[in-house]
Amino acid sequence: MTTDTPTTRTEAAAVPPPGAASASPRAGQGHRRLLTRRDRLTLALMAGVPTVLHVALVWVTAIASVFLAFTTWDGIGFDSIKWVGLDNFRQLFADNPQFWPAVQHNVIWFVVLILVPTPFGLLLAVQLDKRIRFSRVYQTAFFLPVVISMACIGFVWQLVYNPDTGLINSIIGANRPGHYIDWIGDPGLNLWAVLIAASWRHTGYMMILYLAGLKSVDPSLREASALDGANEWQTFKSVIFPTLRPTNTVVLVVTIIEALRAFDLVFVFNKGAQGTELLSILVTNNIIGESSRIGYGSAIAVVLLVISLAVIIPYLIATFRKERRA
Amino acid sequence: MRPSPAARPAPGPSRRSLLRGAGGAALLAGAGTPLLSACGGSGSSADPKTVTVGSNASDAVPKKAFASVYADFKKQSGLTVDVNTKDHNTFQEQINSYLQGTPDDVFNWFAGYRMQFFAAKKLATPIDDVWARIGGNFPEAMKKLSKGEDGKYYFVPLTTYPWAVFYRRSVFRQHGYQVPATWDELVALCKRMKKDGLVPIAFGDKDAWPAMGTFDQINFRLNGYDFHVELMAGKAAWTDAKVKAVFDHWSELLPYHQDGFMGRTWQDAAQTLVAKKAGMYLLGSFVAQQFTDKADLDDLDFFPFPEMNPAYGQDTVEAPTDGFMVSKAPKNHAGVVKLLEYLGGPAAEELYLKTDPSVVAASGKADTSAYSPLQKKAFDMISGAKSLTQFMDRDSRPDFTSTVMQPGLQKFLQNPKGVDSLLSSIERQKKQIFASS
Repeated sequence: MTTDTPTTRTEAAAVPPPGAASASPRAGQGHRRLLTRRDRLTLALMAGVPTVLHVALVWVTAIASVFLAFTTWDGIGFDSIKWVGLDNFRQLFADNPQFWPAVQHNVIWFVVLILVPTPFGLLLAVQLDKRIRFSRVYQTAFFLPVVISMACIGFVWQLVYNPDTGLINSIIGANRPGHYIDWIGDPGLNLWAVLIAASWRHTGYMMILYLAGLKSVDPSLREASALDGANEWQTFKSVIFPTLRPTNTVVLVVTIIEALRAFDLVFVFNKGAQGTELLSILVTNNIIGESSRIGYGSAIAVVLLVISLAVIIPYLIATFRKERRA
Repeated sequence: MRPSPAARPAPGPSRRSLLRGAGGAALLAGAGTPLLSACGGSGSSADPKTVTVGSNASDAVPKKAFASVYADFKKQSGLTVDVNTKDHNTFQEQINSYLQGTPDDVFNWFAGYRMQFFAAKKLATPIDDVWARIGGNFPEAMKKLSKGEDGKYYFVPLTTYPWAVFYRRSVFRQHGYQVPATWDELVALCKRMKKDGLVPIAFGDKDAWPAMGTFDQINFRLNGYDFHVELMAGKAAWTDAKVKAVFDHWSELLPYHQDGFMGRTWQDAAQTLVAKKAGMYLLGSFVAQQFTDKADLDDLDFFPFPEMNPAYGQDTVEAPTDGFMVSKAPKNHAGVVKLLEYLGGPAAEELYLKTDPSVVAASGKADTSAYSPLQKKAFDMISGAKSLTQFMDRDSRPDFTSTVMQPGLQKFLQNPKGVDSLLSSIERQKKQIFASS
């Protein structure tokens, strides 16, 4: 959504200022115009093409899926779209045995990410900020998982968790009849197993965000608190952490987004089978395929959209209010 | 979203999932505008000397086998086959938009409901003219499989394979086991195997479709072919006492299944049979692909799922069938007819099987002398069947099987005691899906 705004701005900046235009040779021909025909064409193309793409790929599809949520459609020919009103939602809330678990898992996903890897990432960032030896090495090691795609992480962790030949079960001997631990299949275990993999990656992400925040803390604040006789914990709690407020907001938003868009890791892991259902996976399962339930899948997508908006709108309001005050 | 068991699945689950993800993303982008994602047909197909084929045979062995078939066809007819191969799973996911866009003249597809669905949507051309010539090559059950709901032919079958209970002859010999002929004998055999320290029935349901195979077997043995078909077509109720009986029998067998099946792929489960740790494995004959050692493969044998109800005996065989359909407006109709007549003949099948021996010919006329003993047995079992089924996700609406049955059966496997509420939930969802179009 944000891509075209900066683009337009860049275009505007690239337009020669009026003074420069009058100095250009064409300006002497009597037509005092701000932009030449060519400039306007370039501008129209550079701003227009991204706008058209953006509107077509983001807005049209988003609005279309909201519309489709009130219909049934198998994706074959537009004449097979049938208006069914709120039926899809009624079915979803009342009859789909996977829907509520999926909502619940998305929430668990968020809670775990905010409670486990986030504080841990902060801890690592604080330690690394002390300029300890080999700090770069640690930084790289912790950040590395963030660079790898979620799908690859899924493959790797699957090898670790594989119940028959995986690393864990082979080491602790839990792949024998009677002592079996089914990390991927057991609904009481698999969500947590996936969350460990997700946290493993998220920690590095959080660490880098906090590290950037910490670097911008004014050193004189530390000095002042040291002069006041505060110990390390007191300094962190009362001086450093409060100055990290903007970073915390970013972290919160990033984590919410990660929790809502969680998909690839689980899809690779076990396709959202018993115990790991997620909204994004239900959307995919219903829409992709030979005889798709596009209307029903769209209804799930709309639920996801509403949840996202419920989170994002208050954030935007708060941010704008702050900007206005400033 | 359905990892077709039919499809001689790729060696690793991971690769398929990755590709499926990629294909999925591509389709999402084009879901609203089918034309965008139509990437079939080339402009050159108006050429009367060329027939285009959209192929899902992306795995090395079938791809090579088809290439040899098309080369032979060119030699005989002078027509070139222009093959447009797509990844197997991507092909399935995009089939909707593919057939609505500019598809190839002929495309690879599956028999059963999956074929009838596209025929009913008018996305395929009837080929009664072809069948007038090739009809004699096929047994009655295959003819039935190739017809749409309107009674016209839409499909030319090429290969098929049976689902059965696989075992190792040496293991049975060593322990003195007999092939069970009835349900009670099967349960007794499981008990004995457990006592002997074997896993009685190897099982892996990570990909969610293998469990459907077990359901199919128990259902048509217990309730017969007709009821099975009605149930799959959404006509019979899942809350019927007959269905409940299927799950009751299944629960009886469940304790003898391999532990931890929800996290195991069929390939890993097959390895326990290879390693002689498991006594039996109910799967399609593609299980043989996991027997890479020649001596092990020679030791592999199978028996049809035991009789459960004397009224039906063992008259039904689950035999997913792969073949060809014609898209709605082929550019070279005369060429298409020639190609399909050729593909429906025994020569094409024999040539195909030379390169890909993991399946058997759909035609009754194909020469079976080059078959391995396992293939011969599979061929006899299929041609002797009174009725053939495809597989749950080919016999019923795929959207129903993938979004309701796959998670539903997994739920049953986790909690066999909650059958009643599960079945009423399945029935409610079934009504909604079958009512929707």
